[in-house]
Amino acid sequence: MPDLSARPEAIKAVPLRHPGRWVAAVVVLAITAEVVGTIVTAPGLQWDVVTHYLFQGYILGGVVLTLELTVISMVIGVGLGVLLAIMRLSPNPVVSSVSWFYIWFFRGTPVLVQIFFWFNLNSVIQFVGVGVPFTNIGWHVGTNTLIPNVVAAILGLGLNEAAYMAEIIRAGIISVDHGQTEAAQALGMRRLLVMRRIVLPQAMRVIIPPTGNETISMLKTTSLAFIATVTELFTRSEQIASANFKIIELLFVASIWYVFMTSILTFGQFYIERHYARGSQRELPPTPLQRFRRILFQGHAPPPWPVAADPGVSPGRHT
Amino acid sequence: MAAINATPMLRAQAVHKSYGRLEVLRGIDLEVAPREVMCLIGPSGSGKSTFLRCINHLEKIDAGRLFVDGELVGYQQRGEKLHELRDTDVCHKRSEIGMVFQRFNLFPHMTALENVIEAPLHVKGERAAVATVRGRKLLERVGLADKVDVYPNQLSGGQQQRVAIARALAMEPKLMLFDEPTSALDPELVGEVLDVMRDLAHSGMTMVVVTHEMSFAREAGDTLVFMDGGVIVEVGTPRDVLANPQHERTKSFLAHVL
Repeated sequence: MPDLSARPEAIKAVPLRHPGRWVAAVVVLAITAEVVGTIVTAPGLQWDVVTHYLFQGYILGGVVLTLELTVISMVIGVGLGVLLAIMRLSPNPVVSSVSWFYIWFFRGTPVLVQIFFWFNLNSVIQFVGVGVPFTNIGWHVGTNTLIPNVVAAILGLGLNEAAYMAEIIRAGIISVDHGQTEAAQALGMRRLLVMRRIVLPQAMRVIIPPTGNETISMLKTTSLAFIATVTELFTRSEQIASANFKIIELLFVASIWYVFMTSILTFGQFYIERHYARGSQRELPPTPLQRFRRILFQGHAPPPWPVAADPGVSPGRHT
Repeated sequence: MAAINATPMLRAQAVHKSYGRLEVLRGIDLEVAPREVMCLIGPSGSGKSTFLRCINHLEKIDAGRLFVDGELVGYQQRGEKLHELRDTDVCHKRSEIGMVFQRFNLFPHMTALENVIEAPLHVKGERAAVATVRGRKLLERVGLADKVDVYPNQLSGGQQQRVAIARALAMEPKLMLFDEPTSALDPELVGEVLDVMRDLAHSGMTMVVVTHEMSFAREAGDTLVFMDGGVIVEVGTPRDVLANPQHERTKSFLAHVL
């Protein structure tokens, strides 16, 4: 048995200098400052116009509408996407073909066309309803009443999104080790219970990052709702610009709001990912605040994902 | 030891199974009495694991009959014809058979306790308080009372496999299947899992164990079955088969593993 108390002194070496890193940092910062400076100090750019319209009621209404379109379309996209993904993996050939066809069709046509389609549906179908065929019994409603402009935009965005989400969710589901399904089945769990309790929670780790992408992408795709005469953020800023010709200023207004909303979504995504990382890392990744503190007090950034430290037990074999 | 004349816990009659053109099982006949511990040994590819997976209908057999506790596995006999069982019934029967896998297959997003109480809560519909108390007791029984709230990736392989055994026991199965439970473990961790299995065997659990651990087969097994090429080559008490194998194939296999 070696003498454990005779542990040699910890290594205190002179750190290696990295002059290259300093040069690179200075160059990158200089270029960035130049580009940003040129735009911000552009002679014709009126910042007071930007600040004036940034919190104007009409613009704020557009922000709210953009958020509503994004949230509702994503809820439809994710909900229908889960259903389509499970349908595609179904042993029933009809069910899986229907899902395949849906994905093929909605990915195959531009979302702009789809929104426009729902918006103009009333020109070919004046009434929709349910009823007993060949009788007068039933319930009918005008297409325009059923699908007002906002609903046309939401249908176009949401149904299109579902096709993409279905593939993301399917990728997540098939990424989960088949042994998980077998273990659950061996315990007597039924197919949908296995999916809900065992497979989907593990698939979430694979599903969330691309879903964050999709949500952020959706936030900006909502600007296509203008084709259905929905005046969301971008449309409203365009309307103002066409009246006062402050085009760049109003693009700035819209962009600032888009960037702000994207930042919040990015932030939210981080915490959702952290939640579903339970049990997959020995230690949860540090929050931005924790990272910031460590940079301040330890002088260097921790890796964004912790390296597996020896927790004092034999980790066993991960097969 | 095994009660005489009782309904066998497991009865296989001429069980056949193929994957495409590959015949994995070519007529397996055996019986396991209640409280009996049967060990299956044989080279890889001999069909041991496949046979085990047929018992709880994770795999469908192509020909022959399998009975667990007197009831046909996966089918129902009505008159001359066999009818496939509904999903609900297959699941119900599976819930009465515990299975332990080579690679543990614990649910990584759940703590040890959550792993153990998952099926009692959602398959049996047990109340949370009841399931939790029993879950803790089971983890204590496999020597992991202090690991209740730990996630699988913080456990050693041996600890994970013991949680997996507790998880299977939580459904109060009448038959336990072990599919090479120690093959994925570091040598120094094999003992702790075998200890738990030995205790289980002594407590009267009916067990079918696919294993390469001859010491376990010798100490805890009532019957030893040697399989090769999808058929049973030799059956006997572990002592007899290990010390005095009758077939050439058994002799050469044992010469390699002992």
